[in-house]
This record gives sequence, C-alpha cells and structure tokens, in this order.
Amino acid sequence: MQKVRRVISVIVMNESSVLARVTSLFAGRGYNIDSLTVAPIPDSELSHITIVTKGSPKVIEQIIKQLHKLIPTLKVIEHEEMVEKEMVLIKFPIGENLSNIQALCSAYNGGIVNVGVDMVIAMASDEPNRIRHFIEAAHRYNPCEVVRGGVVAIER
Amino acid sequence: MQMSGAQMVCEALIAEDVKTVFGYPGGAIMNVYDEIYKQNAFEHILNRHEQAAVHAADGYARSTGKVGVAMVTSGPGFTNAVTGLATAYMDSIPMVVISGQVPLSLIGTDGFQEIDAVGISRPCTKHNYLVKSLADLPGILKEAFYIARSGRPGPVLVDIPKDITAEMGEFVYPKEISIPTYKPNYKGNDRQIKKAAEAIKRAKKPLLYIGGGAVLSNASDLVRELAEKTQIPAVETLMARGVMGAKNPLLLGMLGMHGNYASNMAMSETDLVISLGARFDDRVTGKLSEFAKYADVIHVDIDPANIGKLVDVDYPIVGDIGTVVEKLLPALDGVNTDNYRAWREILNRYDELHPQSYQDSDEVLKPQWVIERVGELLGEDAIITSDVGQHQMWAAQHYPFDRPRQWINSGGLGTMGFGFPAALGAKRGNPDKTVINITGDGSILMNVQELVTASEYKIPVINIILNNHFLGMVRQWQTFFYDKRYSETDLSFQPSFKALAEACGGIGYDVTTKEEFDAALKDAIEQNKVCFMNVAINRLENVLPMVPSGGALYNMLLEHKDQ
Repeated sequence: MQKVRRVISVIVMNESSVLARVTSLFAGRGYNIDSLTVAPIPDSELSHITIVTKGSPKVIEQIIKQLHKLIPTLKVIEHEEMVEKEMVLIKFPIGENLSNIQALCSAYNGGIVNVGVDMVIAMASDEPNRIRHFIEAAHRYNPCEVVRGGVVAIER
Repeated sequence: MQMSGAQMVCEALIAEDVKTVFGYPGGAIMNVYDEIYKQNAFEHILNRHEQAAVHAADGYARSTGKVGVAMVTSGPGFTNAVTGLATAYMDSIPMVVISGQVPLSLIGTDGFQEIDAVGISRPCTKHNYLVKSLADLPGILKEAFYIARSGRPGPVLVDIPKDITAEMGEFVYPKEISIPTYKPNYKGNDRQIKKAAEAIKRAKKPLLYIGGGAVLSNASDLVRELAEKTQIPAVETLMARGVMGAKNPLLLGMLGMHGNYASNMAMSETDLVISLGARFDDRVTGKLSEFAKYADVIHVDIDPANIGKLVDVDYPIVGDIGTVVEKLLPALDGVNTDNYRAWREILNRYDELHPQSYQDSDEVLKPQWVIERVGELLGEDAIITSDVGQHQMWAAQHYPFDRPRQWINSGGLGTMGFGFPAALGAKRGNPDKTVINITGDGSILMNVQELVTASEYKIPVINIILNNHFLGMVRQWQTFFYDKRYSETDLSFQPSFKALAEACGGIGYDVTTKEEFDAALKDAIEQNKVCFMNVAINRLENVLPMVPSGGALYNMLLEHKDQ
C-alpha cells in the first residue's frame, strides 16, 4: 500500500513519562517517526507534540487511534491542511563568503545569528521541504554542522 | 487524617471494597505489609511466586468481574509480575498491581532491587504510575481503580517508592473522579446503530461473532436476547465461551484455528458479520484476505483502536456491548426471522456433516472424553480454568459452558502456568463453586509451587493434568509441519505428580481408566483439598479440526492419519 506522509499534533497532559508513552508506542508497533517536537502549551497543564510520520492509510489510522488511547492524551489532530514550519541552524567556517551566506539565509526567512573567532552560525525557518532545499544550497559553503529543529504545525 | 503512605494504600484498598489481595512481600514494599499485618478488613494470600500472585488476582477478576489486586516488591518482585500484567493486558482484565520501588533518592542509581518498573510495564499495562509525592498517592490509587475497570478494562500498575510509604501526610480519598483526557464512550452512535439494524434486516446470511468483550461488559443476557429475537446463528471466540450457553440451538460453536467446521464455514460464507466485542485475532481469522470474504461487517467495540485494525468495517460502532445491544434490540422490531431460515439450515447441515467429535477408545483415555465427562458431572456448577496448549483447546471445544465467567483462560498472551494460580483466585472469589484447572504435564510445572499456597489457605482446586508426556501442542505442529522432528517436546521424564501433590499437603491421583477417573473426581470433590489428578491420555492425540497457521478458515484439517 502507498505510504503517505502525515503531520500529527498530539495534545497531552504535561506530566512525566508522557513523551516516553508516545515514543514507545511508535517503537513497539514499528511505526516511523520522521521528526518530533515537544513544548508546553502556554498557561496550561498541557504539552503540544508534533510528529511527522509515514505509513499506509491503515497504519496512519492505527497510529492516531493508539495515540488517542493513551490516558494522558487530550486530543489528536491530523489534518491535511496544516501550516508547517521548521527551523535549522548551520555552522560555517568564517572563511566562507559571508555575504552570500547572508543572502541565502534571507531567502529562507533567516540570517546570520552568531559570529565567532573561526565560525559563523546561520539560521533559517521555513516549510520543511524548503528547509531541505536550503540545506542543499548551503552545502557549497562547506557547513561543519547542521541541526534541524523538527516540524511544528498548526491547523489552518 | 494524618497517616503514612503505607496506611493510605490499605485505606484506599478498603475504600475500593477489596476483600482479597494476592502478593509477596520484600524490602521496598515492607511498609505496606506492616500495615496489612495490622488490619482485618481484607485478607492477603501469600502466593509462592509473584507471577502466580498476579495470575491469581487475574483469575479473581475474571470470575467475579471485580478489580483484582496484587502486591509485589521492587526489582525481581516486579519483573516476575510482568508476565501476569501482560496476560491480563492482552485479555483486557481489570486489575491493580501495587509494586514497591527503591526510595526516590535512590532511583536512577542502580540501587539494590531497583528496576524501571513503569518503563518495563508501559507496553503491557493500560496505564501505570510512578508515585513521586505522597500528596499524589490517594488520587493515583483512585485513578488506578477507575482506569482499570472503566472503558476497555485492563491492568494498572502503581509503583510506590519506599520513602513515600513511610512518609506521613493527610489522607483524603477522592469520592468522585474525572480525568479530562480519558472519557470512554459507552453509548454507541444512535445513527450507526440504526444503520446496522437496517443492514441486519437486509442480510440473508448474517452471523453473530461474539468475543470476550461480551463477557467483560456483562452483556450475555442481552446477546442471547438478540440472537433469539432475530434467530441469527452465532459463533463464539475462545474468550466468549459460555456467553450463548452450550444448549443454545443458535450457537454453532467456537471459530478459528481450532474451531468446529460449521462455525468456520459460517464465517466464510456469511454476508454480514455482527461482531460484538471481538477483535479479529489472527487465531480467529486465519488468512485475512479470505476471512468473511463475502460479508459486510458491523463491529461493536468499546476500543476504537480495535475497529478497522485488521478488517475493513462497514458499520463501526464504538460503545459498550450491553448498551449498544440494548439499543439495537428495539431497532430490530419486526425483523423477519424467516429471512435467515435457509441460512440456518445450511449451517445445520454443515454441523451434521462434520460435527465436533472424536474417536473414543477402550484401551486408552481420550482427553476429549475426560472433558466431556467433567461437563456431564459438573456442568454449569464448575468454574473451569486452563493453562495453554492442547488441553486448553480440548476444554474450549468439548466443555458445555453455560454461562459467562465460567471459562477462564489466557487467550491473548497464551501464558503457560496461568491456570493453577488463576484457579486459586477464582475459588477465593467464588467459594461455593467447584473450581477445576484443566492443564497439561508441561504447563502445570510452570507454577507448581502454588500447591503450597493452595494447601496453606485450604483452597481446594482440582487440577486435572491431561498427561501425554509431551509438550502436546508444539508436538502436534512438529507432527504436521516439521516432519515429526520432536525437538525438545518429549516430556517423558516427569515427577510423580501424585507424590508432588502429597508432598505439599494435597492429594494425588494416578488415573488410567474411565472408572478410575470417575472415582478420583468424586473423591477429590468430597475431600475438599487441593489435588493433582494425573490422567494418562493417548500420547499422540491431536486437536482437530485445525486451520494451519496462515491458511484460510475454510481449509480445515478434519482428520490426521496419525490419529
């Protein structure tokens, strides 16, 4: 069956071991996690988990049902119409062409965020597939480290 | 009121009306055991192994419908309990297991008898807790019982560090409980129920497919009423034996790998599956693509994750079996029972063609005879537990189960060693009933230490060991599919089961003939003591019919040349 990519938002109680419950569910049932982000929801006892996963429609349906079945899960949102954003940090040697790097970053809603003695750190934030393009484009400037932040999403 | 965490545990158990706790003490849980010593509101049964304690609580829960309670210490006490938790989890049994843990300050230091209990038990409990503050303890205990028994039931673990059971604090046990993230849906969608009723009225060959959920929901009477009102034939899963009642003319039997011919053919030819609390387990469906190939499916289940998991469903209904069937009944007013007459006749002919039967013998005892004989003598008065293997299937096939909660076995996990401790729990919960554990010479040794528990507490469980000197079910597969290479299944070397029982304060019988069996069973019931009835049966007897693993349900082996 055709595998589809899905972004699933899970609203859970912000309590210890809740993330372990979510990830061990994926591990134990052999589901994939492409990316995962977690943060508390302001002014509440809740956390927002965003999971990007791939699977057949049947598997996606099971994932959603199993996530919902966890006792601390309040809500599972799976929507095709999500606004998705991801951020990435890249470290370049200081000898690279900094104005080109700056220009590249601004095309992806970013810029140079830190300059040290022998390196600069650049940031971009955009849709996940644009972030992929950004990383590809950044390759010509010999990046020494790339850290992706994982997808966050919100219903449109 | 000020009290210690250990006292709070006892007070909570009393508030939950717990009468019996099964367990085993140890370092990290000693504070609680000290409080157990001081109280008289509930009894504690000292099983001789933590696994057995959890199975006993499980058997208690299955036979009474109440939440079973077990208590163990940290580390090995807890890891021994894991098989019991997993067994209960797979069969959705309401249970609360309380485990001791090393003090909070030692957690994460590889302390003596420290193990990550919530980590290990996460996939085999409905929910679990590590108590991190005394203030949380009363609320957690209340939640544990509520979660265990509500929705789709299941075991809940509460892991309590030793310093928390020692600490003093204010005890207020919550009266009401509401967990905003946990709201099981019992009611079922009215529109879906109506649509399902219309589908039933339109169907030509409908079939009730009844699972363990009908037992857990105490919906047996309603399910019988549904069958009688519509005259729709029914098949039961292993977990549902007793729901329809053995004498019910609409019951075709058990379906699945060792189901009878008529049941499996009914599932293969039906045009509408009405699934009530069943979960389309692989031992039931055989090859999925061939399962109920011509049918639409109505699936009623309290767990939405069960619906559409394996089989595509046309009429999904999330809800409690009893509540949904109660709504379905009036929606089926005016159903024409003649619509299904031809279908019933076809199925009756299938049953006449290949009835559930066996070849009896004058030379050697047949296990099927033994089970039918127990059924003749005790019928619906007995509670039957079983271990796992051939004897389990023979019992499920041949015992005339007449009521729910009469048949107790590990269906989902298939845990050898379950039957004897589960029988102890069942007997404690039902002191007026005769409790018989049908077991094998392999399984019984997996919790044989419970002879001591049974003797000490005078729990007169009758263990009928169907002894073929083989690990029979594996041996059967080796005969059928591995060219008779009997790798590690020959159990010719055995203890004297009679002497073993006697050594532990019980009674032993060696039985080789029908007369001896009758005499032994009569004596065992009169003696009112735990006993081992070592019954020598035909060594190479097979469980038939059999759907080979992965095969289509309609391709049954009905006989085997070695039989």
